[in-house]
Amino acid sequence: MSLDAGRILAVVRKEFRALRRNRFIIGTMTVLPVIFLISPMIEIFRLSPGISEEVVQRLAGSTFLLLMIIPVVVPAAIAAYSVVGEREQGTLEPLLTTPVRREELLLGKAAAAIVPSVGIAYLLFAVVAVCAKLFAADPAVTTALLQSSQVVGEILFAPLLAGWSIWVGIAISSRASDVRVAQQLGTLASLPPLVVVVLIDLQVLTPSVSLALTFAAVLLVADVGMWGVVSAMFDRERLLTGARATSGRSRRAAG
Amino acid sequence: MQPTSGARWFTRRQVGFGFRPVTWQGWLITAVAIALVVALLVLLRTSRGIAVVAAVAVLAVYLGTAALLGGVPRAAPAPAPDPLAPPPTSHPTSFTTSPPASFTTSLATAPARVAMLATPSAGLPSPDGAALVVGHLTKRFGERTAFEDVSFTVAPGEVFGFLGPNGAGKTTTARTLGTLIAPTSGSAVVAGIPLLTENGTEIRNRISIMPENPGLYLRLTVIENLELFAGLYGLRHPRPRIDAALEAVNLGARGRDLCGSLSKGLRQRVGLARALLSDPAIMFLDEPTSGLDPVAAREVHDLINDLRQRGVTVFLTTHRLEEAERLCDRVAILNSRLRSVGRTDELREKLFSRSLAVETAAPLAAPDGVFDGATGVEGWRSDGDSSYVLSVTDPRVAAPAVTRALVAAGADVLSIVESRHSLEDVYLELIDEDPEAAAR
Repeated sequence: MSLDAGRILAVVRKEFRALRRNRFIIGTMTVLPVIFLISPMIEIFRLSPGISEEVVQRLAGSTFLLLMIIPVVVPAAIAAYSVVGEREQGTLEPLLTTPVRREELLLGKAAAAIVPSVGIAYLLFAVVAVCAKLFAADPAVTTALLQSSQVVGEILFAPLLAGWSIWVGIAISSRASDVRVAQQLGTLASLPPLVVVVLIDLQVLTPSVSLALTFAAVLLVADVGMWGVVSAMFDRERLLTGARATSGRSRRAAG
Repeated sequence: MQPTSGARWFTRRQVGFGFRPVTWQGWLITAVAIALVVALLVLLRTSRGIAVVAAVAVLAVYLGTAALLGGVPRAAPAPAPDPLAPPPTSHPTSFTTSPPASFTTSLATAPARVAMLATPSAGLPSPDGAALVVGHLTKRFGERTAFEDVSFTVAPGEVFGFLGPNGAGKTTTARTLGTLIAPTSGSAVVAGIPLLTENGTEIRNRISIMPENPGLYLRLTVIENLELFAGLYGLRHPRPRIDAALEAVNLGARGRDLCGSLSKGLRQRVGLARALLSDPAIMFLDEPTSGLDPVAAREVHDLINDLRQRGVTVFLTTHRLEEAERLCDRVAILNSRLRSVGRTDELREKLFSRSLAVETAAPLAAPDGVFDGATGVEGWRSDGDSSYVLSVTDPRVAAPAVTRALVAAGADVLSIVESRHSLEDVYLELIDEDPEAAAR
């Protein structure tokens, strides 16, 4: 199977244009990061000098958790809209009549969702780090936030968690009949990988670079697997008629 | 099925964060939401700080989502009705065989505009030269049969009309040939390529399909819509093609308008421009003039005629019988099964005997004596006081003989014309004799 970069780029460009003019998506991408930014910022400003190592680590952990929720929630809102939204607008059928392969279409949609999500996640991490450096009463906070396991985790987890969230969102969007259902289910279904981050935050797992790399590898495998699953689920006939192809030959022909 | 009291309670209160849990998804959302709240409460006992933050985050997500969803414009509002668009008529009761003269003034340039598009390069005829070869094609959705045992052939450059009542399987047939839906059985060759799994992308590269609803991205401009499809068809440097396609449908000046701001008729034209972009070998047009005013509809007809001249095969699904009669080289009448295929003249001759309509100034005293002896007359019946319908073998032979007989009988002849059955007559005859149609 050869993928055409031109077709993927065409989908990405269209998705960006549509996102830019979608009030709901822009609202979600703006409001949610701000909400998740408020809590750690308040904690950073509240800290007094000479706090214990345990409190610092707990603050770093909870900040990390909140920052990791961003690349999960934001792309879920976008991805959940991707297929059912097209169907509600009546744009899905013309799209499916073109030579675009389902893998190309899905990759284009995923890329358009992952870029802003990861961008926002990195930006928030930078904001928190800069604020900690400038305003935290105790320099240990900055040290804890920028420890290698945190930085590696942020860099690796943000795109991989976003990838998981996107594929889950698209999978649900392919089957859902309503945008709201897709978005709510998509958000819920994309949360499980955060369990590892929660366990780190609860200090059940000790953060380390090796743990971050291991978790990243698992996420990468899960993302690639989900891409395959979602591509297999993306059945032209089912999307248009609501009916699954009636025979093996039929299903293949509609692919 | 009567909902349980529990279901009514949930539905009334819209548990599920704004979504009424009347489907399994809603119930799932509700169940997971409740589980999440319980988990947070448990967490609160063990780790108060993280639980509070997590609770605030989860609530923010859902309340924010619900609040934003309340105002989200998921689809643009319906466009204002086109004041020039004709009322929808599925089965017109009368036909106008030629358009009113006032409609013809602005139309002469349409073919010239289409000629600005390059000659199609994708059209490859099938081994036997046909653009479309369909053999015993059948599609079933479970127990329901959409269409069955459909066979026909379409020649390159032919405009092929596909007619039938609602639910007859016209759109499903077009979708099947366009590789959107897989057939249950049977075979087809589309633009020279067998309708097989591995050929889906290649077939879609050589055809274009315009659904009845053009399905435009309403938040994008006309040009942005076309750029997407140009990209999907792999067109490099597509701007000249986009401009030419827009000129062809007389929308050159509206390229930067948001599609959401266009009337239904203009959106239909954008859909046509999109279908023209890739220079397809076969165009599947599903009700292309739906919602268009007479002038725009006539322009579309001219476009279709020009496409035929350029060798593009057009598969036209339509309810407008006068449109099919005017545009199509041949028509197929479908009602789950194919009722008939052929040129409209052939269908008329197959279904109806040829006839002459005779009108005289006064009733004939002895019509038997006048008509029975005339050459080429097979029979006659009265159609009013002084009107008669004669079944004839060949009107060109019978008309002079009947005229002579009438004059010899001393009748004052007002008119003798060949009585032509319209495509509507053919359609109704074929559909009426179909027991499935009667039940529909």
